[in-house]
Formats: sequence, structure tokens, C-alpha cells
Amino acid sequence: MTERIGATRRGNNTSILGVGALTGVFLFLALLMATFSKDAGMEYQALTFIVLGGVFLIATAMWAGGLVDRDPFDESEYENTLVKFGVAASMFWGIAGLLVGVIIALQLTWPTIFYFPELGWTNFGRLRPLHTSAVIFAFGGNVLLATSFYVVQRTCRTRLAGGMWPWFVFWGYQIFIVLAATGYLLGITQSKEYAEPEWYVDLWLTLVWVVYLLVFLGTLWKRKEPHIYVANWFYLSFIVTIAMLHIVNNLSIPVSLTGSKSVQVFAGVQDAMTQWWYGHNAVGFFLTTGFLAIMYYFIPKRVNRPVFSYRLSIVHFWSLIFIYIWAGPHHLHYTALPQWAQTLGMTFSIMLWMPSWGGMINGVMTLSGAWDKLRTDPVVRMMVVSLAFYGMSTFEGPLMSVRAVNSLSHYTEWGIGHVHSGALGWVGYISFGALYCLVPWLYKKKGLFSKSLVEWHFWISTIGIIFYMVSMWFAGIMEGLMWRAYNEYGFLEYSFVETVEAKHISYMIRALGGLLYFSGAAIMAYNLIKTALGHGEAEDLETASDPYAQPEPRAALAPAE
Amino acid sequence: MYELLASFAQTGGLIYFVLMFAGALAYALWPRNQEKFDAAARLPLEDGGPSDGQ
Repeated sequence: MTERIGATRRGNNTSILGVGALTGVFLFLALLMATFSKDAGMEYQALTFIVLGGVFLIATAMWAGGLVDRDPFDESEYENTLVKFGVAASMFWGIAGLLVGVIIALQLTWPTIFYFPELGWTNFGRLRPLHTSAVIFAFGGNVLLATSFYVVQRTCRTRLAGGMWPWFVFWGYQIFIVLAATGYLLGITQSKEYAEPEWYVDLWLTLVWVVYLLVFLGTLWKRKEPHIYVANWFYLSFIVTIAMLHIVNNLSIPVSLTGSKSVQVFAGVQDAMTQWWYGHNAVGFFLTTGFLAIMYYFIPKRVNRPVFSYRLSIVHFWSLIFIYIWAGPHHLHYTALPQWAQTLGMTFSIMLWMPSWGGMINGVMTLSGAWDKLRTDPVVRMMVVSLAFYGMSTFEGPLMSVRAVNSLSHYTEWGIGHVHSGALGWVGYISFGALYCLVPWLYKKKGLFSKSLVEWHFWISTIGIIFYMVSMWFAGIMEGLMWRAYNEYGFLEYSFVETVEAKHISYMIRALGGLLYFSGAAIMAYNLIKTALGHGEAEDLETASDPYAQPEPRAALAPAE
Repeated sequence: MYELLASFAQTGGLIYFVLMFAGALAYALWPRNQEKFDAAARLPLEDGGPSDGQ
């Protein structure tokens, strides 16, 4: 007995001690910052970190103390608990982020609603980055953490590497989210789109992200399967590229080591180019490659068919990687950026159409021989419709990157509509599909609590997306045309406020679309919680050895070719 | 100096990227790899490795 204790402790406690020590160092630094803070915002942020980091440290210590002789990182089992936490966090942040989206959509429609002048944090300017960061980084990020940890273990046939370190990645990332979100509400921002957090939050995220990369690489390193499955390539490109983008775009010098403000290293057009190199590749490598990894694992797994063309998946991967990184300058048409750079960005954006559609076709055609599932399994339908939205927004994107089209579409609601057809349709639906798959698999249930609730979710959300997209197309093209309209004397036909007023009905329809989408996600959360609890159709699987068993028998499976 | 660096980065970069991409393409389309890729396409469908726990 004592020998076993010694053996397990020696093997695994190093990672627990390492995580504890690192968190302790940062708690000490936060204490220093709270004591000597130059501004109230920094003090709040440091205190927030102390509370969250302290709770994490105490909880870890109590958990580790209660282990006695149990090996928490048993190599003969997959790390599933962490994935369950990731799924729960995804749902929580998804609901929060979508709710803030609905609130700001209502604020735009009726400017005095939900806005209280004595409460500065209810201002649209502070809530807007809260919404974008919550849905992209908090919801999307947690979906990617959870699914990447799930997929890399299954496709490498080995447990996650690093013992306690994956848990540090998960909780460290949640602390990053809370610091960023509360910072926005306090008015702390470096005013770079999708990169609003200030220097100290950026440094914390860099640390968490490097540990994430090491955990992922470590798991690949000790894999039992010789081939590295294509989904892992996509996840790896997402992790590596986000690290690079994050570090370069956030190069800044703090005004004081105990103050929240920093000054950017780049200035002028260099700063703008760096920002949109970052911004567009956040779309490319956070919202695209990461979720394509989900596609390449969850669609084959769910429909029980091999990937349509593995060769195409390799060509898809490398062409996407080589082309995406150059597309950023299309955000800076008709600016101080040299025209050759604008043309370069536009050309690469158009070329991007091909790998995007290649990937979409590969995902959809994986259903060959199982097309009936589109009708019978609403989760499969959700994932396939996500690919349809992916195809649509990756066609619309290259179109809008053409300078002549951009002269009409840029700065209008068309851009907002484009982003949301990609975000709600593609990223949202493929994520929901993955969550609907994961919960029964992780909790060993025969199926979801209610399949008809998935149908309701699907149709309510789809109608919501269509309201959103169509209203924004309408508003965007209308205001774009109004901005460039001249009267017979050569003056502008409309004042700016007239173009805002003209969008009022569109804004109302958009808010309704957002509300419908939010309602769908709330239905999903209810369904998934009931599934985890084992209610309704979510009966326990009799044999734990077959967690992927489908509720309906699939006896007569025709051969593929 | 600028001219030299620029031509090195532009021409060199072009050749480097085209060769890398050609390499990736050759790997994907090489006939002998077909068998390996057919097996890889089925990788998510086959279980094995550690258990799913309790």
C-alpha cells in the first residue's frame, strides 16, 4: 500500500506542484499590483485575479490532499472529466455571450433601452467587446478546448499529457475570460478589435496558451497511433497560429508595471496592418481551422462513415494554411495602406474560396451512404447546415474583399451580417452539433434527453439566422447606397443621421433574429443538462464499453462503393 | 541594402512557399500513400486505446 502511494505520488504530483507553484507566483505578483496599483481599474483586476487564482489554488490543494492512493492521471483511462468541464463552460459562456448580443442589438434599435447614464458599464461601447469576446473567445474557445482535448486523446489512443497542466490551461483560460470581460466593463481596453485586453491579461493568456500548446504536443508525442489524424493538424495550426498572432499584435509597452495602460509598439498604418493581419487570421485560425477540426472528427464519427477523401483533407489543410495568412489587408481597402498590399489581400481572399469549398465538400460528402441521417438525426442536420453556412459565408467573404464591392459594403451592416452568417451558422452550429454528440458520449447515455427539442432548437435558430442575415443585407446595402448618393448640385443627398434612421426596422428584425438564436441555445442548454442527469430518452448505456452506440439500430449498412 | 533584402524576401519567399506547397501536394497525391490514407480516413470510427472510465 505505502509503496503504491509512493509510486503514484512520485509520478504525478510534480505536475500538481508545478501548477500550484506557478499559480502561487502569479498570486504574489497580483498582490503586489493590488497594493501598488496606479489606477482603480488595475486594483479591481488584481483583486479579481487574487480571488479566482486563490480559489483555484485552494481547490487544487484540497482535491490533491483527498486523493490518498488514487492515481488521478491513470494512463489506462481517457481524461473525460476535463472535457465535461469544458462542455459546461462552453454552454455557460455561450448563453452569456448571446444574451449580451441580444441586449446590444436592442440598444442599437432603441438607444435608451437598457442604458443607464449613471451606470457607465451599460454603455454600448463597453458591452459590445463583451459580446464579441464572450462568443468568440469564451464560447468558441471553450468549445475548442473541450473538443481538442477529446479528439486528440481518441485519435492518438492515449491519455492527455501533462497530468495537472491541462487543468491549468482550462482554469487559466477561464480566469483570462473573467479578467478580460470585467476589464471591458471597467473601461480598460487597448482598443484593438478582438484584442481589447490590456498587457497584463495578454501576458497571462500567452502563458496559458503556451501550456496548451505543450499539452497538445505532449499528447501527440506519446501517441499509440502512428498516423497523426487530420483533425489534429487543424487543431495544431489553430494553437500555433493564435500564439503567433496574439504575441505580435499585442506588442506593447506598459506605461507603468502597476498600471493598466500600455502603449502600442506599432503606429499608424503599420499598426493597422498588424491589427488586421491579426483580426482576419483570428477568423481564419480560431473560427475556421479549429472548427474544421471538429468537422473532421465529429461528422465521420456521428454518421459512422469514413472521411470522404483523406487526400482532399490534406490538400484542404495546406492550401488553407498557405493562403489564409495573407488575406488580412482586405480590411484596409482605400486606406493609407499601399495599394499593392490591398491588391495582395484581395487576391489571396479570392483564392481562399477554393480551399474553403474543398473542405466544405469533403465534410458534406462524408455523408455518402448515410444521407438518410439528414432526415432522421437533427444533430447531423445541424452539422451539415453549418457546412452550408460555411460555404455561403466563404463565398460572400471573397466577394466582399474585392475593392469595388468593398467600396459599397465596408463600414456598413453588410459586414455585420456576413460575420454573423459565419459565426451563427458555421461556428455556432458545428459547435452545437459537437456538444450534442459529446454529452451523451461523456455521460454514457443512449441518446439525448429529447430529440424533438433538438428539432425545435434547429428550426428556431435557423429562422433566427435568416432574419439576422437578410435584415443586415438590406440595411447594409441601403446605407452603403445612401452614403454615396449625390444630389444634382454635387452635395451628399443624405445626412448621416438619416442613414441611421433608415435602418430602424432592419435593427428590429435583427434583434428578433438574435433573440430566436438565443432561445435555441437556451433550449440546447436545458436539453444537455437533462441528458447529463439521465432523464427522458437519455437512459444509461448498459455496456460502458460502447459509448458511441446509436439509439436506432443500424443493421443494414450498405457498403460505400 | 533594402533592395537586396526585399528581393531576397520576395523571390526567396515565393520559391520557398511554392516548393513547400508542392511537397505537401506530392505527399497527398503520391499513389503509394493511398492505402495509408484509406486507413486514416477510418481512424475516428475505430476505438482502441485507454478506456472511457466509469
